[in-house]
Amino acid sequence: MAHAHAVKRYSGLMDWLTTVDHKKIGILYLISGGFFFLIGGLEAILIRIQLWKPMNDFVSPDTYNELLTMHGTTMIFLAAMPIIFALMNAIVPLQIGARDVAFPFLNSLGFWTFFFGGVLLNISWFTSTGAPAAGWTSYVPLASPMYSEGQGVDFYVIGLQISGLGTLVGGINFLVTIINMRAPGMSFMRMPMFTWTAFITSALILFAFPALTVGLVALMFDRLFDGNFFDPSSGGNVVLWEHIFWIFGHPEVYILILPAFGIISEIVSTFSRKRLFGYSSMVFATVLIGFLGFMVWAHHMFTTGLGPVANSLFSIATMLIAVPTGIKIFNWLFTLWGGSITFTSANLFAIGFIPTFVMGGVTGVMLAAAPADFQYHDSYFVVAHFHYVIVGGLVLGLFAGLHYWWPKMFGRMLNEGLAKLTFWTFYIGFHLTFFVQHFLGLIGMPRRVYTYLDGQGFNGMNLVSTVGAILMGIGTIVFLINVAVTAAKPKNAPADPWVDGRTLEWSIPSPAPEYNFAQTPLVRGYDALWKEKMDGNKGMTPAEPLGPIHMPSPSILPFFMSLGLFIMGFGLMYHQWIFTGIGAALTFGCMFLRSVYDDHGFHIDPDELKDKGVKA
Amino acid sequence: MAQSQYDLMKLSISIMILVVVVVFAIAFYVLIRFRRRPGNDKIPVQVEGNHKLEIIWTVIPLILLVILGIPTIQTVFALAEDYSRDENAVVVKVTAHLYWWEFEYPQHGVVTAQELVIPTNAKIAIEAKTADVLHSFWIPALAGKIDTNPGGNVNRMFFEAPKPGIYYGKCAELCGPSHALMDFKVKAVEPASFENWVNAMKAPAQLPSDPAIAEVFENKCLSCHAVGELGGPAFPNLTGMGSRESVAGILLNTEEPKYENEGSTYENLYRWIQDPQAIKPGNAMPKVDLTEEELEGISRYLAELKLEGFNPAELEGNSVTNDDQEKQQ
Repeated sequence: MAHAHAVKRYSGLMDWLTTVDHKKIGILYLISGGFFFLIGGLEAILIRIQLWKPMNDFVSPDTYNELLTMHGTTMIFLAAMPIIFALMNAIVPLQIGARDVAFPFLNSLGFWTFFFGGVLLNISWFTSTGAPAAGWTSYVPLASPMYSEGQGVDFYVIGLQISGLGTLVGGINFLVTIINMRAPGMSFMRMPMFTWTAFITSALILFAFPALTVGLVALMFDRLFDGNFFDPSSGGNVVLWEHIFWIFGHPEVYILILPAFGIISEIVSTFSRKRLFGYSSMVFATVLIGFLGFMVWAHHMFTTGLGPVANSLFSIATMLIAVPTGIKIFNWLFTLWGGSITFTSANLFAIGFIPTFVMGGVTGVMLAAAPADFQYHDSYFVVAHFHYVIVGGLVLGLFAGLHYWWPKMFGRMLNEGLAKLTFWTFYIGFHLTFFVQHFLGLIGMPRRVYTYLDGQGFNGMNLVSTVGAILMGIGTIVFLINVAVTAAKPKNAPADPWVDGRTLEWSIPSPAPEYNFAQTPLVRGYDALWKEKMDGNKGMTPAEPLGPIHMPSPSILPFFMSLGLFIMGFGLMYHQWIFTGIGAALTFGCMFLRSVYDDHGFHIDPDELKDKGVKA
Repeated sequence: MAQSQYDLMKLSISIMILVVVVVFAIAFYVLIRFRRRPGNDKIPVQVEGNHKLEIIWTVIPLILLVILGIPTIQTVFALAEDYSRDENAVVVKVTAHLYWWEFEYPQHGVVTAQELVIPTNAKIAIEAKTADVLHSFWIPALAGKIDTNPGGNVNRMFFEAPKPGIYYGKCAELCGPSHALMDFKVKAVEPASFENWVNAMKAPAQLPSDPAIAEVFENKCLSCHAVGELGGPAFPNLTGMGSRESVAGILLNTEEPKYENEGSTYENLYRWIQDPQAIKPGNAMPKVDLTEEELEGISRYLAELKLEGFNPAELEGNSVTNDDQEKQQ
């Protein structure tokens, strides 16, 4: 791209390392999140192979515990969260009519810290002491240096600490972006549902992740510097870790699922050609779920011995979440009611989501009844429940969103036939894998067991579950083939490839030019583009004359700041103080450079916009 | 205890099936009725919402939650009752270890391991704690679970066994490599048999009759384990080993072995002592340096170390081979 400006432009690899463009960062999040999703999926397949028959010895018990720990940690922190961030980055600024996020530099920093944190965590597989094996919850004393020797859990602590920084930074960025950068007329109650859920999720990140940070700092002191936070023999308390972890961990569940709710709302509305039913109650339900999500954490601890008062309160609070969630489900169904429904692949995933999520939701209410949870707790019933909400809910939502917004992100339409094949294999595989696990739990199979004895009635259902997992793997491979096939095709997706696009992202070319909107649009109502279509207008009314567009400069500093943290993490774990110093110097040096050099970015002139057409 | 949990589970599952059926019915109806037919390019009416409907699907779930919430709270408080000071209750102090269970009966002055013997129709008051990491005490067919916490943080629970039988017990909290193998057995017997068991447990210990084996047993086994009044308390108590249903919780004793983890008491003991790490990776018992004769002698001695006078007729035909495992509830 030739620009007649005194500004550094990079191409190739350097472009990706230095980019501060939210769309490119979205793609980076998608690629790395997708990569970790494949690793986490492979770990899941290995788990299911180990469990396909009783007393199997495919992997050792130690390896199995590493697999289950890394599967959970990777899927939550390194696959689900980044793919959510990928879609938020790719779409939210477009939906609110903004040219970028509020802090493009921070956006890049958030990505690179996540990336290096994730890489650090996964390097543990190649060390002599292996990956962490204390579960994704890392309960002490099991995770304490006494019972988890070697560096395994250190990788968990430091890796999550570094990638957690990225998430926190990203959350704050989106809060500010959505509050400050909306186009004229885009009031809060006109924001698309996906933007609303991104907003509430970011707020949850802001309040939940600091709890994790504090917990990890305490665990890090226990592990690296002989601290006593969680050592009962020195006055520490292990239940404290459970509280800290779940004060973060429960909101985390809503951080994950809310964006999926947003995606489903967009897709169901588009492909039934109808306005989202009960928009304001949807917004209200989202806010309420986010709020209640902070007061239910102890339902993960009913068997910890908190006593009947706490158990009752947390039971009731948890059950209450069913009400706003039910509102959402019925609003989706009544959006479809009276509509003109087309079954595109994106809509298949969205429609598949609704009954699946209801099943995950009702088992959630069952688990909320504390005395019954004394039975369900830590059994396969719980495994079935949370996979129904996270895979049947979130992952189906993410697949729906990816198929829906793929043309907007890449300018190419995914192949519908392959996409539908992905849907059916993944969907059937999912239900095969997890439906039977409800019953495994009910007949007494505990979770996190590397094997089970023969003759307990567990054999058949475990075999079904393994077959289902392999089918899910095939579905994922079909998706990858689809991506590869699509990448070889010409970039010719129209601006509004689904024809019935309702929101602002469909008013600009696919993929969006680097400045997004040549002229900031004027928003005249909810479903801004749909409103213009219905009023017979050809596109959005601009809110400003054509003029120079201010753009942020690319920068390599976020990459090196995160690399510094990565080096520092290794130095700390292995007590190599020189490396710790080098890493710290790199990070703080980059921060210093960022502070002293003013970079005002550059401008793209109006004539240049015309020359280049609209594609960036 | 299990019964009240089961009732609550039945109530909640009925409500949830109702919800699922309603949602599925609406979903299928909508998808079939409102699919776009070829040639139909109409724009549907853009409905903003409907207050009446929205109130209905807010209020009905709230009513369902009240129906479920009230018995939930009642059961929470009923199950939190502390029976440890009740004279009629049997108090058992449960201590979880990596990867075995210790059961102490303070009222009777008895300590045992891996096999919880209880009288039927009596309140069993559990006081659970751990000696190392978190575990969770679970007898699926009789009671829910309670975590075992370290540092003097004792958790209480009670349950009752309405009829005699042998029940499976499990650890339900990830505790390390052999978490999956941290099973125990519960023997519910008539109150009279329970008295016999307590008396038998207190009978004076008999060492192996062969003096050479007795010496090895004293030097190499009793340094950690106890038999009756002899030996140390740090590791599983072996009193009445020959009367137990399993070795190490997972090698099930039966004369008709069917699965890998089954064998006669002697075979199981031999297998275990020969290489404990192969059976339960990461457990604290080392491979003890024994000659073949010593290994056989000790295994035979332990297999024959039965509890005199404890022959509960009510458990006849209720062996603990895997196929007999009680389904939960």
